[in-house]
Amino acid sequence: MADAAPGLSPSDRMPPRRSQSSLVLRRLLVKPGAIFSLLILAVFVACALFPELIAPQDPFAQSLGRRLRPPAFMERGLEGYWLGTDQLGRDVLSRIIHGARITLWVALLAVAVSGILGIFAGLAAGFFGGRTDAVVLRLIDMQLAFPVVLLVIAIVAVVGPSVTNLIILMGLSAWPRFARIVRGAVLSVRTLEFVDAARSVGASQLRIVAAHILPNIMSAIIVYASFELARMILLEATLSFLGLGIQPPTPTWGGMINDGRSYLSISWSVSLFPGIAIAFVILAFNLLGDELRDALDPQLNHD
Amino acid sequence: MLRYVARRLLLTLPVFVGILFISFLLTHLSGDPTDLILTPDTPDHVREEFRRRHGLDQPFLVQFYQFCIRALQGDFGNSLRFNQPALELVFERLGATAELALAAMFLAIAVGIPAGVVAAYRRNTPIDLGVRAVSLFGLAVPSFYLGVVLIFVFAVWLRWFPSGGRGTWMHLVLPAVVLAVDQLALIARTTRSCMLDVLNQDYVRTARSKGLGEGWVVWGHALRNAFIPVLTVIGLQFGILLGGVVVTETVFSWPGVGRLAVQAIYARDFPVVQATVFLFAVIFVIVNLIVDLLYAVLDPRIGYK
Repeated sequence: MADAAPGLSPSDRMPPRRSQSSLVLRRLLVKPGAIFSLLILAVFVACALFPELIAPQDPFAQSLGRRLRPPAFMERGLEGYWLGTDQLGRDVLSRIIHGARITLWVALLAVAVSGILGIFAGLAAGFFGGRTDAVVLRLIDMQLAFPVVLLVIAIVAVVGPSVTNLIILMGLSAWPRFARIVRGAVLSVRTLEFVDAARSVGASQLRIVAAHILPNIMSAIIVYASFELARMILLEATLSFLGLGIQPPTPTWGGMINDGRSYLSISWSVSLFPGIAIAFVILAFNLLGDELRDALDPQLNHD
Repeated sequence: MLRYVARRLLLTLPVFVGILFISFLLTHLSGDPTDLILTPDTPDHVREEFRRRHGLDQPFLVQFYQFCIRALQGDFGNSLRFNQPALELVFERLGATAELALAAMFLAIAVGIPAGVVAAYRRNTPIDLGVRAVSLFGLAVPSFYLGVVLIFVFAVWLRWFPSGGRGTWMHLVLPAVVLAVDQLALIARTTRSCMLDVLNQDYVRTARSKGLGEGWVVWGHALRNAFIPVLTVIGLQFGILLGGVVVTETVFSWPGVGRLAVQAIYARDFPVVQATVFLFAVIFVIVNLIVDLLYAVLDPRIGYK
């Protein structure tokens, strides 16, 4: 049965089971866009995990003697302070590297919160249909019908910008989009034969959802999570920029841009570099999402 | 048609109740509202009197009901900072925000749609790659950051435009560009992909084969049919535009509703926050209704029953 059908070369045979992730990885690693984004994300994650090892300076060490210096390669730059210093004489590069940790942490947990809520709601709506579906859809419409950023800003201002509050609120603000994606994915697999087969051998509802439906919509969830990470990083940076995110002295990219804003006429570098970091990480997650979607799509023609 | 409009309006009711509920909750999440207004050394009997006078001793749901009734009459109470009706304050700033939002929307549509059409028509040429790269970057660069960079380049360095405030059209340029970039990127991307779908359709071939000029085929026949998803995106984006107003106005010190909201949030001026949230919700619902109705004009196949 594993023999090649006549006229097919060996590589056209049915791939062995359990090879899907390696197949996807192989498809990804030939795309320049995917390699580019994976490289950026590798640097980002390394900075988030081991900032002490990577950062050249102490991100909290202040010194009025070296405040607002330009990058090291420019005139007046200080050796060892490659991207210059901020208004308190702290090393900008080290603060960007240390800022990666809180950025990744908050975004990951916020996506986890919205993902769990959204997956539950989407599964329930798609699988049970009927009244459950109607209620969930109404809730989704209601929340999508409003610029949630404004509400998040208002609520954060009231309850206080602790890390936990931020994660919960950002997660709550994003669940409807997740739920909609999951619901759509469930609807597209719910009526397939393997679900009927599972039901006909007496599998429970829970088993059908957990063992048969969930694995089949996983790729849609992974793709969407990648886009959602980009979104959450942007939201966290925006909140930090407005002074409503993670509070000083913890370095955040949005907060650094806001700090530098007051000194634009003296030093452009304080605001410039953290913004480049944000833009590249967001770009990387968006690109990765695009490429993942293609790589996970069995209907596309992968040469 | 009228029945459809009525039904659509009815469906927005729960949205309003939800938004009112959250803005009502704002004052309660912050703890005891009396702490917010009265000084800490206020004697207890004065506090009680204050609670009774403002209905704060009533059950939670009763308070919410009363809040809704007053909100629907446009009464959110006086601003705690300016001692002036909150909604009045918001309306005073509405003109500035409308000017900014419309300028940005115009810019995004006027540049985004042609860019998307040209990119689709000249698929895989440098023009197409350029449009796609610019729109990917447009979505990745945070608007507040773009604002800071533009201020540095065009206000601090080149001194072409003022760095903030409102007045001449010169003041409008930088904030409108910043606010437009996200929309522009998304509109260009959507237009491109819809045009790609449409350009291969039979009726486009028919239009060509009966001898119509290329320009008329692309801009008249194809774009008209590719336009509906684009319109949906524009409508959905309006909510994000309103959110973007908050950030952009803060960066450029633009005296609009968004900046007022942020300042009110910092100052814990809840009546103003509630009035802003409510007004944004009303605007958003109206815009979406208009977009839905526009579908019918653009696509005669859509009926309203």
